[in-house]
Amino acid sequence: MEADGTGRASGPSGSILRAEGISKRFGGVVALDDVTFDIRPGEVHTLAGENGSGKSTLIKIIAGVETPDAGTISVGDDAYARLTPRQAIALGIEVIFQDFSLFPNLSVAENIAVSTYIGDRRRTVRPSALRRIAADVVSRIGVRLDLDAPVEELSVADRQLTAICRALAQEARSIFMDEPTTALTRREVQALFRVVEQLKQRGVALVFVSHKLEEVLQISERITVLRNGRVVVSGDVAEFDRSALTVAMTGHAVTDTPPPDSLRKDARPLLEVQGLTSEGRFHDVTFSVRPGEILGVTGLLGSGRTEIAESLFGVVPADAGTIMVEGRPVRIRSVHDAIAAGIGYVPGDRLTQGVFIDQPIARNILAGSLDRVTGPADLVRPAAADQLVQRAAGDIRIKMSSSQAPVRTLSGGNQQRVVLAKWLVRGPHVLILNSPTVGVDVGSKHEILDLLRAKAHDGMGIIVISDDVPELVAVCHRVLVVRGGRIAGELSGERLTEDEIVKELA
Amino acid sequence: MSAAASTLRAIPLGRLRGQNNEGILALTIIVLAIVVGIADSSFWRLSTLLNIATSTLDNIVFAMGVLIVIISGGIDVSFMAIGIFAGYAVIVVTNNTGFGADIALVGFALAATIGLGLGMLNALAIAGLRLPTLIATLGTQGIIRGVLLAYVGSKVIPNYPPGLNDLSTSYLLTAHAPSGDTRLSVLILPAIVICVLISLMLRYTMVGRGIFAIGGDAESARRAGFPVVRIQVFIYGLVGVLAGIAGMMHVTQVRLANPYELVGGELDVIAAVVLGGASIFGGKGSVIGTVLGVVLISLIRNSLILLGVPGTWQRAAVGAMLIIGVTAQALGSSARRRPTGGVAMEATT
Repeated sequence: MEADGTGRASGPSGSILRAEGISKRFGGVVALDDVTFDIRPGEVHTLAGENGSGKSTLIKIIAGVETPDAGTISVGDDAYARLTPRQAIALGIEVIFQDFSLFPNLSVAENIAVSTYIGDRRRTVRPSALRRIAADVVSRIGVRLDLDAPVEELSVADRQLTAICRALAQEARSIFMDEPTTALTRREVQALFRVVEQLKQRGVALVFVSHKLEEVLQISERITVLRNGRVVVSGDVAEFDRSALTVAMTGHAVTDTPPPDSLRKDARPLLEVQGLTSEGRFHDVTFSVRPGEILGVTGLLGSGRTEIAESLFGVVPADAGTIMVEGRPVRIRSVHDAIAAGIGYVPGDRLTQGVFIDQPIARNILAGSLDRVTGPADLVRPAAADQLVQRAAGDIRIKMSSSQAPVRTLSGGNQQRVVLAKWLVRGPHVLILNSPTVGVDVGSKHEILDLLRAKAHDGMGIIVISDDVPELVAVCHRVLVVRGGRIAGELSGERLTEDEIVKELA
Repeated sequence: MSAAASTLRAIPLGRLRGQNNEGILALTIIVLAIVVGIADSSFWRLSTLLNIATSTLDNIVFAMGVLIVIISGGIDVSFMAIGIFAGYAVIVVTNNTGFGADIALVGFALAATIGLGLGMLNALAIAGLRLPTLIATLGTQGIIRGVLLAYVGSKVIPNYPPGLNDLSTSYLLTAHAPSGDTRLSVLILPAIVICVLISLMLRYTMVGRGIFAIGGDAESARRAGFPVVRIQVFIYGLVGVLAGIAGMMHVTQVRLANPYELVGGELDVIAAVVLGGASIFGGKGSVIGTVLGVVLISLIRNSLILLGVPGTWQRAAVGAMLIIGVTAQALGSSARRRPTGGVAMEATT
């Protein structure tokens, strides 16, 4: 392996960073157990694993945010038992955290340049110098960003770019990206990959944390798979394919998805939407969902796909158009109206909109159905409530120690199931799900999709809003593509393929 | 979106508005002054200006401390207790020991040191024990006030050491009016110096930017390498120092050291800082806005007196201003956070 131009020596093995024998416990839970992980200059190395496998903990330890219980981190010839965030930055380790870790109140320029200033141990700040550092990075990777805008005014994609620019503002030798693509649409992901390619050529090592299989196989040169805090396998990308990776991550083979049930052609639509319009958000949207049908809705970020769902659920009522449920026109001016009409909505950001994260699982499941378990004087009947919770939890297979445990203690996939359970116990006619499998690992993803299929089989109408093209193809009967607030295309049958969807999206 | 946003920002009207609505605040003050002046022409006199300046200068220094805490995402309700503790204790100590009795500056240095010590108490509770800032400072407020009344003294002291006594009657300007003379205290000078220093600190030092960063997102600040605990200790230490100095200013000006004073007046200062554009959610605020906020609150109180509104209503008016200020912020931030939906990601390769 070639030495890079910054003058710092690479270790004897050719790696620029090596974490050896890292262990970490949180209370009684082992997060990492004797993990060894190394990266070489100019390579893209993916750290794969399901939720809770220890990926994020490992990155936090390397970034100096968490302290390991055992093990060493070697950079060049120096070994450290632990790092501080400042040391890590000084050693050329940059991390783009899953939540970006930006300062919403500060300008893009300051966000980009701030860690350079900290790294240089400066005491004073000159705004013009700050701006120069930022402008330099932005032009170096050839992106467009408004340097003076506060980060809170940026789109998610631009925030992501800001975080990437911040990592590049310093002479970073290794950049860790924790699930960098979860917030991005397919097109943005491809643009990100082009940036990654440029960085590689400059000798920067990149570590991707991901559980999206296609991405992992597309972009990486080496893959290390973690499961339950241990390294299961590590090697060149050529040694892996989709199924091998799935087996390594989950510990068992996940069978490929069966094709969706065929629909009864004569069935009356459950939901009919005619000419739905919301000024400045979407225009003249018309579609229908039949019983047992899974309808996909996709489009780029900002295309209006989420807005349509929010109007159907009464979050932001539409200005014009008609909505019919089971052939009866309904007026949806509020969330309450939507629930009364039999429409359910699982929002995309389950952590802020979908669950009460610190409340017990049972209360979360009951939150939407209290009226079903109340007796005289509107008091909750504990026995009925308990029965409903147990039935829902069993039906949806939520892995929990107790229904009284807070939702926070569950894995991402199980949290998502709690949100689903909340709606499924109500038995809505139509359930709308926004990005139901984002941030959910492979195993749980399949189970959630199976659950949706089963519910459709029972006659529910399901609308899935998603960016995940393979998922849409696997689970949907039809897919609508939204562009600029209008339905730009409809794909079904023979035309429902990944290529066709991507073509419609562009 | 970047091009459109930057042209929008270049419009002078947008610039006049100020980053934290300082322009709107200044406009409100001018309009209010005109309206009150029309209702009562005696308002438009130099004496009114001097009166407002003299009566606000201790609050402006208190407000600088509160501003720093609020930018960092916290809240402090102990600063008035620290202020009166420091001011009263200095009078007691210098009267009893004669230490530095002739030089007012010694008294101020002593007050600042006492303030620093009491501020460290807050730092210990907040940075050390990780208590929520409201609860921590509510607790220390009680402790500080209790200790003051129980151990330092509970009597009103009218006689001052010569140094502070001279300072309390040193004036920069005097406005003569038939109803009596109004004078501007020299203490306005240190108050201005403090405002300038805090403004420079917030804008041009890493500590200052660290305070904004912590207010924006404390965990991100830690991850970016800011020494968060050290900055928090600095914040609460500095707030203590400022409160000590402000308390000493107050005690000097009123020429009657009363240990029961100040505590209870936190509302005026916090309301002024929030009206001045500091975000109650942290991460935003400016010195100029804060000064305008203090002036606006003082102006409202002054004009209510002038218009013959009973004093009991003044508190209600200040409370209403606090609610208006926070509401304006909440509305403003929800308008800003509306997603732009712009996709500006383009790599050149």
